[in-house]
Amino acid sequence: MEELDSEPTVTLIPGVNSQKKQMCFDWGPGEMLVCETSFNKKEKSDMVPGCPFIHIIRKNEDVYSQILRKLFNESHGIFVGLQRIEEELTGKSRKTQLVRVSKNYRSVIRACLEEMHQLAIAGKDPAIGRQFSIQVSSLSAMELIWNLCEILFIEVAPAGPLLLHLLDWVQLHVCEVDSLSADVLGSENPSKHERFWNLVTVLVLQGRLDEARQMLSKEADSSPTSAGMCRILGDLMRTMPVLSPGNTQTLTELELKWQHWHEECERHLQDGTFASSPHLESLCKVMLGDEAALLEQKGLLSTWYHFLVSRLLYSHPTVKPTDLHFYAQSSLDLFLGGESSPEPLDNILMAAFEFDIHQVIKECSIALIAQPLLWIQHERVPLAGICLRTLCSSQPVAAGERKALKVLRVCEQRQMTEQVRSICKILAMKAVRNNRLGSALSWSIRAKDAAFATLVSDRFLREYCERGCFSDLDLIDNLGPAMMLSDRLTFLGKYREFHRLYGEKRFVDAASLLLSLMTSQIAPRSFWMTLLTDALPLLEQKQVIFSAEQTYELMRCLEDLTSERPVRGEPDAQQLQDDDVETTKVEMLRLALARNLARSVIKEGSLEGS
Amino acid sequence: MEEIYAKFVSQKISKTRWRPVPPGSLQTTETFATGSWDNEENYVSLWSIGDFGNLDSDGGFEGDHQLLCDIRHHGDVMDLQFFDQERIVAASSTGCVTVFLHHPNNQTLSVSQQWTAAHHHTGPGSPSCSSAPCTGVVCSNPEIVTVGEDGRINLFRADHKEAIRTIDNADSSTLHAVTFLRTPEILTVNSIGQLKIWDFRQQGNEPSQILSLTGDRVPLHCVDRHPNQQHVVATGGQDGMLSIWDVRQGTMPVSLLKAHEAEMWEVHFHPSNPDHLFTCSEDGSLWHWDASTDVPEKSSLFYQGGRNSTFLSHSISNQANVHQSLISSWLINDPTKDRIEITSLLPNRTLSVNSLDVLGPCLVCGTDAEAIYVTRQLFS
Repeated sequence: MEELDSEPTVTLIPGVNSQKKQMCFDWGPGEMLVCETSFNKKEKSDMVPGCPFIHIIRKNEDVYSQILRKLFNESHGIFVGLQRIEEELTGKSRKTQLVRVSKNYRSVIRACLEEMHQLAIAGKDPAIGRQFSIQVSSLSAMELIWNLCEILFIEVAPAGPLLLHLLDWVQLHVCEVDSLSADVLGSENPSKHERFWNLVTVLVLQGRLDEARQMLSKEADSSPTSAGMCRILGDLMRTMPVLSPGNTQTLTELELKWQHWHEECERHLQDGTFASSPHLESLCKVMLGDEAALLEQKGLLSTWYHFLVSRLLYSHPTVKPTDLHFYAQSSLDLFLGGESSPEPLDNILMAAFEFDIHQVIKECSIALIAQPLLWIQHERVPLAGICLRTLCSSQPVAAGERKALKVLRVCEQRQMTEQVRSICKILAMKAVRNNRLGSALSWSIRAKDAAFATLVSDRFLREYCERGCFSDLDLIDNLGPAMMLSDRLTFLGKYREFHRLYGEKRFVDAASLLLSLMTSQIAPRSFWMTLLTDALPLLEQKQVIFSAEQTYELMRCLEDLTSERPVRGEPDAQQLQDDDVETTKVEMLRLALARNLARSVIKEGSLEGS
Repeated sequence: MEEIYAKFVSQKISKTRWRPVPPGSLQTTETFATGSWDNEENYVSLWSIGDFGNLDSDGGFEGDHQLLCDIRHHGDVMDLQFFDQERIVAASSTGCVTVFLHHPNNQTLSVSQQWTAAHHHTGPGSPSCSSAPCTGVVCSNPEIVTVGEDGRINLFRADHKEAIRTIDNADSSTLHAVTFLRTPEILTVNSIGQLKIWDFRQQGNEPSQILSLTGDRVPLHCVDRHPNQQHVVATGGQDGMLSIWDVRQGTMPVSLLKAHEAEMWEVHFHPSNPDHLFTCSEDGSLWHWDASTDVPEKSSLFYQGGRNSTFLSHSISNQANVHQSLISSWLINDPTKDRIEITSLLPNRTLSVNSLDVLGPCLVCGTDAEAIYVTRQLFS
C-alpha cells in the first residue's frame, strides 16, 4: 500500500487574505465552516474590514466516489443477505455457502476495480488519474488480502489443496504474465523474443507447467541443438506430480511420488544434462526449489509472497497450514534481504499466514489510519449513516416527512424509543406551527405522546372558543381509537359528538353526554362554563330533557365552579365588566336549572312521566 | 418470473416510471424515467432497456438498462409521472412542480414549465415563504393534479402559468398520494388514514366523500385505482397493510390484507391484467399479488409454487352486500373461494424499495440501496 507521499492539497478561500489575517474553522458532518477572524498574524489587529463571509467547505464529490457507492451498496446487500441466511447455515453446506458469499464480495470489489481502472486510463486530467490509480491499488490490495483470508480462514484448505489455492491466488494477482505472454506469442518468432525466457521462467514460477512446456517446444522447433534438452525438461515438467482436485490419492502417496520426481531432476542436474544451456539449467534449479536460483528471479517474482508460493511449490508441496508461517517469515526475510523493511501490506499478509485473524484486523486498521484516501472515510454506508444523523442533528426533520419516516422506522427497529419520541415531537411542533393540526395529531399518535395530543386538543378547543365553530372537522369527527390517547383528546371527540347529537336533534342523548363530560372529570375545569352554557338551550326547551337527578348534578357542578372563584384584589374596569358577564351567566343558569328542576319533578311525579 | 436485472447507479432512487407506449402500438415499452432523492444533487433520468433478443448467453450484460440522459432537479423527487410521450412531471420536496421535456433527437432533457410555489405553508407560525414538499402528482392530459404536505390540492393545466383551481387546507394533515377516479373526480389519501373524494365540478372546498379505516388511524401512503372498475381502489399504509375499497359502498374498506412489515410505498394494479397487483415497501421487498382465478392448479388451500410464494387468506372487515354482477376478484368476500398467490419478486431483501411501475410484461423498481431492478418477463 502506498504511503502518503504527496503533499496535502491547498485550497484558497476566496476573499480572505490569508497572509494578513487568521482564519478559524469548525467541523461539521462532512463539511467545514471557515471564516476570517480579526486577529492578525503579526502583532496588532488591523481595524481593516475583512471578508464578511462564512465559507462552507465540502470535499469535491469526485467521480470515484460514484463508483465506490456502488461498491458499498452491493457489498451492503451481500452483508445483509448473509445476516439473514446465517441461522440457516449448518453443517457441510455452511462452508460452501460462506465461500460463495466471500467470492461474491470479491467479485463486487473486482468489478469496482475494473471500472475505476478504466476511468484511470481514460481520464484526461493527470491529477484525477493519479487519484484513481491510488484507489485502484488500494482496492486491489484489499482484494488480495481478502482472497488470502478466504483461502486460509473460510475455505480452511488442508495440506495439499492449500498449495493449489495459493497458486490460484498468486496467478490471479500477478497480471503481468498475461500481457507478457501476449507480447511474446504475438511476435513473429516467439522463441527469439528478448523476453522469451522471462516468460518461460515466470510460467514455471507460477506452476503453469503445461504452458511452459508449449514454450519449450517452440524453442525446440527453432533451435534443433537444444531440442533434446528441451524435450527432457519438458518431460520433467509433464511428470511433476500434482494433487489434482478429485484425485483420490493420499498425501503420503503424493509425497512419495514427488520425492522420486525430485530425485530424478536432481540426477539430471548432477549429470549436467542442461549444462550447455544456462537458461534451461536455471529452470531446472528452480524446479528443484533451489533458493538461490529462485532469488535470482526476484525481478520476475516481484513480491515475497510470490517467492513463498513458488518456493513451496517446488520444495514443500504438501505443506501444512500450521507450518505456513515459518516459510512465510523466512521468505519475507530472504526476499527483502535486509534492504527494505516490511510495508503495511506485508504485515497484514504475514498475520494471515500466522492464522492470527485479530492481528490481521489490527494491521488493517493501522494501515487504514495512515491512508486518508481509502474508502472508509466516505460515510455513505446507509444504515450507520442514518443512525448517526438521527443522533446528531435535526436534519431528518428539516428534509421533510419522507426522510423522517425512514429514520423513524430504523429507530423503531432498533428500539431507540427516545429518539422516536423526540423526532415525532419535533415534527409535531413543526406541524402545529404550520397549522397542520391533523399532521400534529398523527405524529403524537405515532410517538404515543399523550402530552402532545393534549396540546393539540387544547389548540382545537381554543379555536372553538374564539371562533365559535370547529376547524378541521374531518379530523375531529374521525378520530377513532386515537381518541383514547389523551383525556383532552377524548373530551374533544366527545364534545364534538355532543354538537353532532344536538344538530341531529337527539336532545336526550346530547344532554346525558354533556352531563357525563362534566361528571366524569374529563372536561377541563376551564371549559365547564362553556359546557354549562351549552346546556342552557337544552334547559329552555319546551319538553323536559334533563331529569331531576341530572338537574341536581348540573346544579352541583355549577356550585363547584362558582365556589372556586378566587377573590380578586383591585378589580379594574375590564375585570368588572367580565365579572358582570359572568355573574349574569351564572344567574341565568341558576334560574334555568331551577325551572327545569321544577318541571322535571312535576313530570316524574305525574303518571305519564314515570 | 425469471431474469431480473439489477444495476447499481450511485443514487437513491425515489421514483421509477415506465414511459407509456403510443396508443394502438404493439410495442412494449423500452424507456423508463427515474427520480433520485437524498443527494446533494438530485436527478431526473431517462433509461433505455434496449432491444429484445439481445440477451447473450452469459446472463445478459446486454440486458442492462443504460442511461440515456438526465437533468438536475432541485430538492428530492417526491413523485414522477409521464404527462405524455415527451413530457415528465416531477414533484419536488421544495414544493415545486416541474414539467421536463425530452428531446429524442439529441437525447436531452430540458425544463418546459415550472410552478415554483405550488405547495407552501401559510400558518400563523410559519415564515412567509416556508416551502412544503409536494408529495404526489397525477396527470390526465391536459390536467395535472398535485397534493402536498401543506394539505393543499392544486389543479394545473399544461401551458397555463397559474393553477386553474386550488383547494387550500383541503386536509388538516399531509396528503400523501392522489389518483383520478373519473376525470373530474380525484381521490386523495392522507396521514390520518382517510380517503377523500373531491369533485372538481363542485365549487366548494369540501370533499364529496370521506372513507376511513375503523381501527387505528394509520397513515396511508399510496393509492391506485383499478384500471377497468373505477370504484375499486387499493391503498397501502404505514403498517404495510393493503386495503381494497369499493367507493360506492359505505365508508370502510372491503378487505384488509396483512402484507409488508413496514410502510408500503407504492401499490399498482397491472394496467392490462388488473387481476395482478404489485406492492413495494420500506421492508425491502416487492410483492406480486395474483388474484386471477383461472389457474387450474389452484384447488388446494395451500399452493406452494413459484419462488418464495406464500398463501394468505382474506381477513374480511365488512360483510357488505356486493352486487354479483360486476365482480372484481379483489372484491370477493368468500374466503374459501378466492385465493391470492403472493410472490416476492426481488432475489434478496434490500433496503427500502421506494417505487415500482408495471407496463405490459415489464416491471421496474428502485431502491434506497441505489439499485434499479428491471425485468421484461413478468408473466413467464
